[in-house]
Amino acid sequence: MYKIIRQILQSGIKTETPPGIDDALRCTAQRLENAILERFGGALAIRHVDAGSCNGCELEIHALSNPYYNLEGLGIHFVASPRHADMLLVTGPVSRHMETALQRTYEAIPEPKLVVAVGDCGCSGGLFGESYASRGRVASVIPVDVAVPGCPPPPFALMQGILTGISSRMG
Amino acid sequence: MRIEDFDLALSPLPGAAPVWHGDVDAAAWRQVCRQVHDKGGRLVALWGSDRRELERGFAVHAALVIRSGLVWLTLATDNDRYPGIDDIFPAASRMQRALGDLLGIYPHAPQDARPWLRHSAWPADQYPLRKDFDGSTAHPAQPQDYPFVTVEGDGVHEIAVGPVHAGTIEPGHFRFSVIGERILRLEQRLGYAHKGVEKLFETMTLEGGARLAGRISGDSTVAYAWAYAMAVESAVSTVPPGRALWLRALLLERERLANHLGDLGALGNDAGLAFGLAQFSCLKEDLLRSNAALFGHRYLMDSIVPGGVVNDLDETGAARLMAELDALDQTVTRLRYIYDDHAGLQDRFIGAGQVTPELAARLGLCGLAGRASAQAWDLRAQFPTAPYDRLDVRMATHRNGDVAARVAVRFDEVSEAIRLCRLILKGLPGGAIFTILPKAPDHAIGVGWVEGWRGEVLVALETGTDNRIRRLHPHDPSWQNWPLLEHAVLGNIVPDFPLINKSFNLSYSGHDL
Repeated sequence: MYKIIRQILQSGIKTETPPGIDDALRCTAQRLENAILERFGGALAIRHVDAGSCNGCELEIHALSNPYYNLEGLGIHFVASPRHADMLLVTGPVSRHMETALQRTYEAIPEPKLVVAVGDCGCSGGLFGESYASRGRVASVIPVDVAVPGCPPPPFALMQGILTGISSRMG
Repeated sequence: MRIEDFDLALSPLPGAAPVWHGDVDAAAWRQVCRQVHDKGGRLVALWGSDRRELERGFAVHAALVIRSGLVWLTLATDNDRYPGIDDIFPAASRMQRALGDLLGIYPHAPQDARPWLRHSAWPADQYPLRKDFDGSTAHPAQPQDYPFVTVEGDGVHEIAVGPVHAGTIEPGHFRFSVIGERILRLEQRLGYAHKGVEKLFETMTLEGGARLAGRISGDSTVAYAWAYAMAVESAVSTVPPGRALWLRALLLERERLANHLGDLGALGNDAGLAFGLAQFSCLKEDLLRSNAALFGHRYLMDSIVPGGVVNDLDETGAARLMAELDALDQTVTRLRYIYDDHAGLQDRFIGAGQVTPELAARLGLCGLAGRASAQAWDLRAQFPTAPYDRLDVRMATHRNGDVAARVAVRFDEVSEAIRLCRLILKGLPGGAIFTILPKAPDHAIGVGWVEGWRGEVLVALETGTDNRIRRLHPHDPSWQNWPLLEHAVLGNIVPDFPLINKSFNLSYSGHDL
C-alpha cells in the first residue's frame, strides 16, 4: 500500500484543460432544443459502437479516460447499455454486417439523443468507402449531429467533438 | 524440419524473410502439411486466389513454419474442391470456412461447413474474391440463421453477448453456455467488422496499398505496414537502406511498448486495481505524444512505406527518446513490483483462463499468448531480419498459460523492448531512409513476415500488371488464437471473461478484414 501511495504522489495530477467547442464539426443544424442541451451539459452518458473500424479510433477513445484527458472529470462517462445513454459515439465505416446492430443500438437510446461520428471512416467512409461489405459513412445509416475527422482523431479532437455535441452555443 | 528435408521443388523468394515457395499437387499438399505438423512445425495462414483468367483455375495457398523459415505451398485446382488440412492443423478450420465464403472453394470433407465471414451482406452463391465479382456493388441483405452449437442439460442456459459489447471494444458475438456462473462452452461468431479489405487491395497500386495495410488492425499498424513493405520489396527484389530498417525496428518496438503498457493497465483495472490503469495509461500517453512529436503520428500510421520510412530521427530526437526510456524503465520496474506484490490482483490473475502447453501446441497458439503457454516462437529471435540479426533478441516465455503468465510475458517483453530501443538508438547507422523501388515484374510474388506485438503478421502478395496488386492476403495471429480463447474460459466464471479476453487482446478487424 505504501508503494502505491508513493507512486501516486510521485505521478501528481496530470489532467489538462479541456478544449472549447468547435462549430465547424457540426453536421446538421441543431436537432435538439437549446434547453435540452443545457441539461445535457452537466453530465453525459455515452454509448460507443464500433461499426467496423480498424480499432485505431478505439485506442483514442480509451485514451480519453487516461488521467491527461480525464473525460470523466467533466461528468462525461461511458455506459454499457444504450438504454442509459444520451449520446452514441460511432467509429468505423459501417460494415454491412454491423448495419442492423448499429440501427438497433441507435433506436434503443432514449430520446432526446445525439450522435457523434468518429474518424475519417465515420465521417466519409475513409479508405474503405462504400462497397459490397461497407455502407461507408455513419450518416448513411443513422442521423449524425457531429462528425470528428482524423485517422484516428486525437483525444483532444474527440473531446472537442463530444463537447460540441452537447453545447447549445452556436459559433 | 529443414528446407532440404523436402522432396519438393521449392524456390527461395528474394527479400528479408527466409521464405520458399513451391507448387504442389493434391497428394504432396497433404503430405507436406502432415510432415511439417509431425516435426513440430505450424500453420501460419491458409488462403486462396482466383487465377481463372490466367487459365490456371483456383489456387489454395498455405504458409507453414519449419526450422529453416516459411514454406509457401500453392495447390492449383480446376474445380471448387481441394483437400482440406483442418484434420492436420485445427487452426485451418476457420480459414477454410472463410475461403469458402470469399472464394467459393471448399475442402472435400470439412469438419465444420458453416459460413464464417459471410453473414448477410452477400448471397451464398456470390464470392467477393472471385475476379468476376464486382466489389463496389451492394447486394440486398440476405436473412440468415447461424446454427450455434447448443448445450443441453439440467440448469444449462445461454448468455448471448454482442456484437455490441459493454465496453469500448470491437464488434463480435460470444455465445456462452453456463451452469450458474461456470462456463461450460463458449462459441464465437466473428466477421462483423468485415469491410472488404482484401477485395479493396485488388483495386490498388503497390504504392497505394501501404495506407490500407496500415489500417488492417490499427493497434498493429507498424507491424502490418512493415510486413506489407517487406512483401513489396521482396516482389521487386530490392533491399531498403540500413537506416530505414533500423528505424522500422524502433517503430515496431515502440508499438509493442504502447500496446503492452495499455494492456498491463487494462488488466490491472479488470482485476479491480484502477491504480494500474491510471499509471500505465499515463506511460502509454507519454509514449504516444513522443511518437506524434518525432514521427508525426501517435500510433505511427503511414510511417513505413515500401522502400523505407517517412521520418528520419535527428540527434535531439534520439536523446529525448533515450531519456524517456530511462524514466519508463524505472517506473515499469516499480509498477511490476506493485503488481507482483498485490495479493488481490494475483488472486484474480493466477489460474484464470489457463491454456496448457499441450493444448497450445495442438491447436497452434502463437505470438504473445503462445509464448505464455510455452510455445517458444518469436520471429525476432528465430528468423531475425535486419536489424534484429544484430540485436540478439531474448524471447520471453512462461509455462503456466494463465492470465498471470500472459501478464508476466508482457512485463518481460516491455523490458526487452526498452533494451532493444536503446540498442537501436545507439547503433542506428547513417545514410538514406528511403530508396525508390523499381517497377514490379508482372505476376511476381513476395512475402512479409513480422513479429508484431500480438504475434506474427504475414502479408502474401501477388502483383498484377502495371505495379498493381493482383491478390494480397494479410494474416493476423488472432486467427490462430481466437479458438484458444474458447478453451481458455472453460470452467472459469462468466465475470472473469473480460479479464481473460483482455489477457489475449485479439484483433477483430485484423481477423474479419
